[in-house]
Amino acid sequence: MAKHDTPLLDQLESGPWPSFVSDLKQEAEVRAKNEKNVEYQIPQDVVEDLLGVLELSFKDGTTHWKHGGIVGVFGYGGGVIGRYCDQPQQFPGVAHFHTMRVNQPAGKFYTSDYLRKLCDLWEFRGSGLTNMHGSTGDIVLLGTTTPQLEEIFYELTHDFNQDLGGSGSNLRTPSDCVGQARCEYACYDTQDLCHHLTNEYQDELHRPAFPYKFKFKFDGCPNCCVASIARSDLSFIGTWKDDIRIDQDAVKGYVDGNLKPNGGAHAGRDWGPFDIVKEVVGLCPTECMRYENGKLEINNRECTRCMHCINVMPRALRPGKVKGCSLLAGAKAPIVDGAQMASLIVPFIEVNKEDGYQAIKDVIEKIWDWWMEEGKNRERLGELMKRQGLQKLIEVLEIDPVPQHVQEPRHNPYIFWKEEEVTGGWDRDVNEFRKHHQR
Amino acid sequence: MEYEEAKQLIIDGLTKKSKSKSKFYFSDLAKILDMKPRAAKKFVNQMVTEEILEFWSSGSTSMYGLKGMGKQAAAEHED
Repeated sequence: MAKHDTPLLDQLESGPWPSFVSDLKQEAEVRAKNEKNVEYQIPQDVVEDLLGVLELSFKDGTTHWKHGGIVGVFGYGGGVIGRYCDQPQQFPGVAHFHTMRVNQPAGKFYTSDYLRKLCDLWEFRGSGLTNMHGSTGDIVLLGTTTPQLEEIFYELTHDFNQDLGGSGSNLRTPSDCVGQARCEYACYDTQDLCHHLTNEYQDELHRPAFPYKFKFKFDGCPNCCVASIARSDLSFIGTWKDDIRIDQDAVKGYVDGNLKPNGGAHAGRDWGPFDIVKEVVGLCPTECMRYENGKLEINNRECTRCMHCINVMPRALRPGKVKGCSLLAGAKAPIVDGAQMASLIVPFIEVNKEDGYQAIKDVIEKIWDWWMEEGKNRERLGELMKRQGLQKLIEVLEIDPVPQHVQEPRHNPYIFWKEEEVTGGWDRDVNEFRKHHQR
Repeated sequence: MEYEEAKQLIIDGLTKKSKSKSKFYFSDLAKILDMKPRAAKKFVNQMVTEEILEFWSSGSTSMYGLKGMGKQAAAEHED
């Protein structure tokens, strides 16, 4: 018998999709039975009360959570998000219901043993409810009480070799695609760079001094599997400088139907014979491909690395050999100023493990210095870029403008020169001027 | 600036404003110290370690306050 009646939530279970309500009820039942004899450190009926408060919110049409607070682990300004129920007498199990963010391993590689241990810890000291994974990629542990926070943190750091993630005005937990571990397209080792920068910027991750959140995301190639271009303040997208490598025999294999396009994906129905002109050449956004006399040619100067041809014919086409990444800045979700995609700031940068990724760190730290000084409270990097202009960011980074920085031909006919850009500056000799010009 | 001097500036600055508010952005603290953010951060962190300041976080934004000041501590049953 459930502790609270939840007719509105029950109705949600009737839809065609897996329901979080069913998951919650399952967890509530497991905790009630406690077949593993867990010595629960927070109320055993926490999930029952969670269902109850959610039902009440549906009924009242308003939230019963109070969000935020001073809770955390000592010395860390992030990783714990305080949450309290505003009806603690009615729902004592969720009077405190803090969230903990745990820094996911690069590429989200786990052993099943690790996951089992983590779930056991969370059953013991938390609600047992998790979110795998949150938007920034963290392992999100939902619902525990204040006294448990330091205990959990101790176990995570000492037994799990595991740190908390970022929240608040911090560097958020850096997130990456699976990269070279499993993907032939990856142009650099996303996991190593992600892990390295996570360690390098521990202070920024845990001690908030930024105007607002700041996110790194690492995509190994322009397919952008972690959507860094849309969801991170600084996006690292793998790319190459030289020509796409073509294996003409494999191209023939695709054309003759001996190789399946798209690596065999979308094979659920009959699409007819593969048509290279229609499906590859004709879909190239810059029209830089040609297929004639059984030979595929690419004008690489025009290629914008959209990845379409490589995705369709991975056996025939491969990224070039001179690999690195592009840096894009300023993407964000639509909170204050509308959603924004990232802008390209460095078209190609080397990803050099040998020197500790120094070139990349130089860019990061210049951006942070600018944003920390100029950014308003709660202003994301993308908003500052919009306010002060991409030109300002280029100056800050001490890089030369390149055609890739230009979004569209300018519509303002005036050029505002700076004094140092004009030979002789602004100073003029009035006497010399008057020799040639009367008053 | 020495740490002790910075500490006193922040305590005085925040206490003076404590009637109207108890939580401050990091930039407010940097302004009180009249320092660049990275330099100010070292002092502010030390004050957190010494439990003179405490973090407050909404989840998306972080702020700082003098420990125990404001409604938050009581409202959260943390004192």
